[in-house]
Amino acid sequence: MNGTANNHSGVSLQVRGLRKSFDGQEVLKGVDFDVQAGEIFVIMGPSGSGKSVLLKHLIGLEMPDAGEIRINDKVVNPEEISAQYRTALVFQSGALLNSLTVGENVGLYLSEHRLKPPEEIEKIVSETLQAVGLADAANKMPGDLSGGMKKRAAIARALVIEPQLILYDEPTSELDPLSSVMVGEEILKLQERTQVTSLVVSHDRDLAFGIADRIAVIMDGKILKIGTPEEVKNFNDPLVQKFLNADFKHQKK
Amino acid sequence: MFENIGEIVVLFWRTLLALPLAWRERQKIFDQFYEIGNASLLMVCILSFFIGGVLSLQIGPFMTDKGLTGYLGGIVGYAHARELAPIMMAILIAGRIGSAMTAEIGSMSVYQEIDALRTMNINPIHYLVLPRMVAIAIALPMLVVVSILVGWFGGAVVAAVNTHIGISYQGFFSDLRNVVQIKDVMNGVFKSFCFALIIGIVSCHQGLVTLGGPRGIGRSVTKAVVNSIVLIVLFDYILTRILLK
Repeated sequence: MNGTANNHSGVSLQVRGLRKSFDGQEVLKGVDFDVQAGEIFVIMGPSGSGKSVLLKHLIGLEMPDAGEIRINDKVVNPEEISAQYRTALVFQSGALLNSLTVGENVGLYLSEHRLKPPEEIEKIVSETLQAVGLADAANKMPGDLSGGMKKRAAIARALVIEPQLILYDEPTSELDPLSSVMVGEEILKLQERTQVTSLVVSHDRDLAFGIADRIAVIMDGKILKIGTPEEVKNFNDPLVQKFLNADFKHQKK
Repeated sequence: MFENIGEIVVLFWRTLLALPLAWRERQKIFDQFYEIGNASLLMVCILSFFIGGVLSLQIGPFMTDKGLTGYLGGIVGYAHARELAPIMMAILIAGRIGSAMTAEIGSMSVYQEIDALRTMNINPIHYLVLPRMVAIAIALPMLVVVSILVGWFGGAVVAAVNTHIGISYQGFFSDLRNVVQIKDVMNGVFKSFCFALIIGIVSCHQGLVTLGGPRGIGRSVTKAVVNSIVLIVLFDYILTRILLK
């Protein structure tokens, strides 16, 4: 891991008045927030609240209708973010290339950009996979991995980029509680080791309150509250409280 | 089909601009080339043998009745080289390889693999489209040369074996040599090169714009094959008209 972990320096991120509509339906209704360099910032909200669309804007997969994104206080064109800064997105599904082995997936960024010789890439891949607990998976195909392993392989692929900003899209969705904890710990370890800026989008309350430095609650395309986990927990808004305390009410007869 | 023609032209132009990177992507090009050749060679041989054969079978008895048997080799050779081999092979490759290209790229689109490439600042045109376009543009003309040779052989076999025609191999090929010139073969090869570009770009474009789940992939594959064949036939007429001059 040493080869990939020492050269990170998190960037700060500022989002101002971000708006996006699809077919006349407004999904983001003027989103503003700041993420400080090196912090773990979690955007939490129910399904359909615009979290994943927001994330796609931050890495250039969607273009906003209005608003701006700044990195280190400099306005950037979303389409050029991944060319100007080392950013990585850990997709909800992992989005590993199914035609490549796990090892090839993890080393893809380095090999495609010809950043290191093949032997060095192999070494980095092996170290990175070991760091996420997938030492034996290098020659497996993505289809042979479980959901949790795919997520960890996707994190390994992101790590190899030595990102300044790493985005996680629902990193614990479809995972059992043990795998969720493992992925959460992986995010924390990575942040401690590299001081990378991490932005996590999730509806998993345990994950959000377990790893976040600060949390933003998004509902219906608007940020309702930004604060520390404690501040968000105590935020007195019926919608936020309903989301945070949602539980089964059914009583067995 | 025509509502996407602008996007297809833009994709083609961007692929052309990426051509200087072809050497860098040689391993991927070779893999695609092997895939196309490996998947199609046997089918090309079978199809071409029977196209040549059926051409002899259709025309041979009629020409024999008219006392024109001496022209059979020339007619079969000329028609197969200039028209039948390029168009039949293009349709075969559109169905067999074009559909596979669309399905593969389409499934990558649907399952966010292409988004993943973009987030790693890897251009999907360089990574996916360029190797496929270069490989098919080399492979299809080569397959057409094979098809022409096998088709001629098929025509000669039927002409020799069929008692109603009864032309020897030597007679068939001697007539073929008198009529068919190297430029006729090159004409067919050039057409197939153009058809290869059509199949490659239509299939890759359709893959890249695939939306939805498995049904979306299926729809894209059908659209890619149908659009490729329509464009091949259309361009066949245009190219024939131009190359006749």
